[in-house]
Amino acid sequence: MSETPKNAEILSRYGQDRDNLMPILHEINNTRGYISEQDMQEIACHLNISATDVYGTATFYSYLNTEPKGKYVIRLCKSLSCDMAGKEKIAAALEAAAGCAFGKTSADNRFTLEYGNCMGWCDLGPAMLVNHDVHTQLTPDKAKEILSQLK
Amino acid sequence: MSTPSILTNLTKGEAYKKAMAMGADAVIKELQASELRGRGGAGFPTGLKWKFTREAAGDKKFVVCNADEGELGTFKDRKLLLEHAHKMFEGMAIAAYVLGAKDAYLYLRWEYHFMKADIEKAMAEMHALCPEVHFHLNFGGGAYVCGEESALIESIEGKRGEPRNKPPYPVTSGLFECPTIINNVETFCCIPHILLEGAAGFASVGTPKSKGPKLFSISGDVKKPGVYEFPMGISLRRVLAAVEAEDTQFVLVGGSGGRIACAEKCLDRNLSFEDLPPGGSIIVLGKKRNLISALRSVMDFFVEESCGQCVPCREGCYRMLHFVEKMEKGEKVSRKELDRFLELGTTMQTSSKCGLGQSASNVFVSMLDYFEKEMVKIQN
Ligand SMILES: Cc1cc2nc3c(=O)[nH]c(=O)nc-3n(C[C@H](O)[C@H](O)[C@H](O)COP(=O)(O)O)c2cc1C
Ligand code: SF4
Ligand code: FES
Repeated sequence: MSETPKNAEILSRYGQDRDNLMPILHEINNTRGYISEQDMQEIACHLNISATDVYGTATFYSYLNTEPKGKYVIRLCKSLSCDMAGKEKIAAALEAAAGCAFGKTSADNRFTLEYGNCMGWCDLGPAMLVNHDVHTQLTPDKAKEILSQLK
Repeated sequence: MSTPSILTNLTKGEAYKKAMAMGADAVIKELQASELRGRGGAGFPTGLKWKFTREAAGDKKFVVCNADEGELGTFKDRKLLLEHAHKMFEGMAIAAYVLGAKDAYLYLRWEYHFMKADIEKAMAEMHALCPEVHFHLNFGGGAYVCGEESALIESIEGKRGEPRNKPPYPVTSGLFECPTIINNVETFCCIPHILLEGAAGFASVGTPKSKGPKLFSISGDVKKPGVYEFPMGISLRRVLAAVEAEDTQFVLVGGSGGRIACAEKCLDRNLSFEDLPPGGSIIVLGKKRNLISALRSVMDFFVEESCGQCVPCREGCYRMLHFVEKMEKGEKVSRKELDRFLELGTTMQTSSKCGLGQSASNVFVSMLDYFEKEMVKIQN
């Protein structure tokens, strides 16, 4: 991730009204993986609001990262339908394949494992997100196979 | 007259042209005649919402489409967004025309990032056909509460997704404190059908207070899960037969904030605003499912998704989850303690600030109502 855009370049594309905050947070999160405190200060300057305000907003949203995570953030749905469809076994397979427990990042910084709530794929559970990509009808083997493809 | 459906194809841009030819007041009259009620859960009459917003004072007005679809067990908007996005944008453009608004926002849940390119394409196509309207695409950040309309508006404004006090309602003070029409994806998709095919056709199916076709998201212990379109008022029995439900114990209707309908007593109840909530989420639980773990899963959802702004919801969900965990361990529960928690459920319903907290105890209360004996051992 060396050629990621600098804040000045990103911010120059957005206006200075507060409603630009979410799109800016999304862009930084999606291109660099997380939003650092330094980023928050620079965003605050651009929008002319306090850094605390930016921090308060960024941390409200559980899918916006405010600390470094693995290259692939894996979010397994743990809500009712996916639970009934067997998410427990998928969780075990993911932990084995990623080499880390849920809530943690693997030693090589490739994977972060997290749980998420209903993702809108309850008809095809168990479901998970890998960054923005969706994977459905998971089996333990399929979950392992997906992780092995992620370099 | 054929059975109305919102999944049939329409020529893009026709309904928008027709709306302009009819004029704003006639569009509202047609919506009122169709008796369309919001498809996002609460079921407010759409024509009336549009009328109030049109009549509200203010030069600047906005249109917002709620595509947050965070309710547990709901995925019907996913189908519409993937297969009928142009219809939704056209519905939004018609709303903008009725208000004289220039900007229409689509608030899409984070989890639907995968459809971004297709949505942007449909948006550009509809902008070409409805050049007066500027569409904006905003993403959520993985918070269920942002489906609540005032929290969603806060989020578009770049703030924490915390629900506002009501009133004022969005019809007079919504996005940037301007009058705002906010509707669900499915509601907007109904609009072009009603204008092109007529209000009478739309209202030809349903019950006295719930008209038209409705999409349902059905999952759980069924052979054929998926999105189904049925007329409003269909019985639970017919729904379960259509999806080939297996050995049903109970059905969770309306998602995390819904209520349960047990297979023994409720099969002839129907899905409508008069009876079981027709919000769209239907999760079927077979006889082999553990009642308490299902309840724990729902309470766990609320503990994580409560925005924490008000005490009855924040504390109530947390305490209730602990109580359910206690039940799960088979610990002693006295009648007095159980009654206290049922009372807490009522307090949460009446004193929480938004619909999340107001509905968070529904599953707890309705499950104990049907299955107290199976779920707790009362020891005094
Ligand atoms: C906690 C909570 C979550 C909600 N989530 C959604 C949602 O995901 N989609 C939706 O359309 N409405 C949702 N609603 C309902 C909205 O507040 C609002 O009533 C709806 O968008 C109005 O549109 P409609 O009249 O077309 O249904 C939610 C309400 C609450 C209290
Ligand atoms: S009821 Fe719950 S979600 Fe709604 S405002 Fe209060 S704490 Fe937040
Ligand atoms: S319960 Fe997992 S996607 Fe809905």
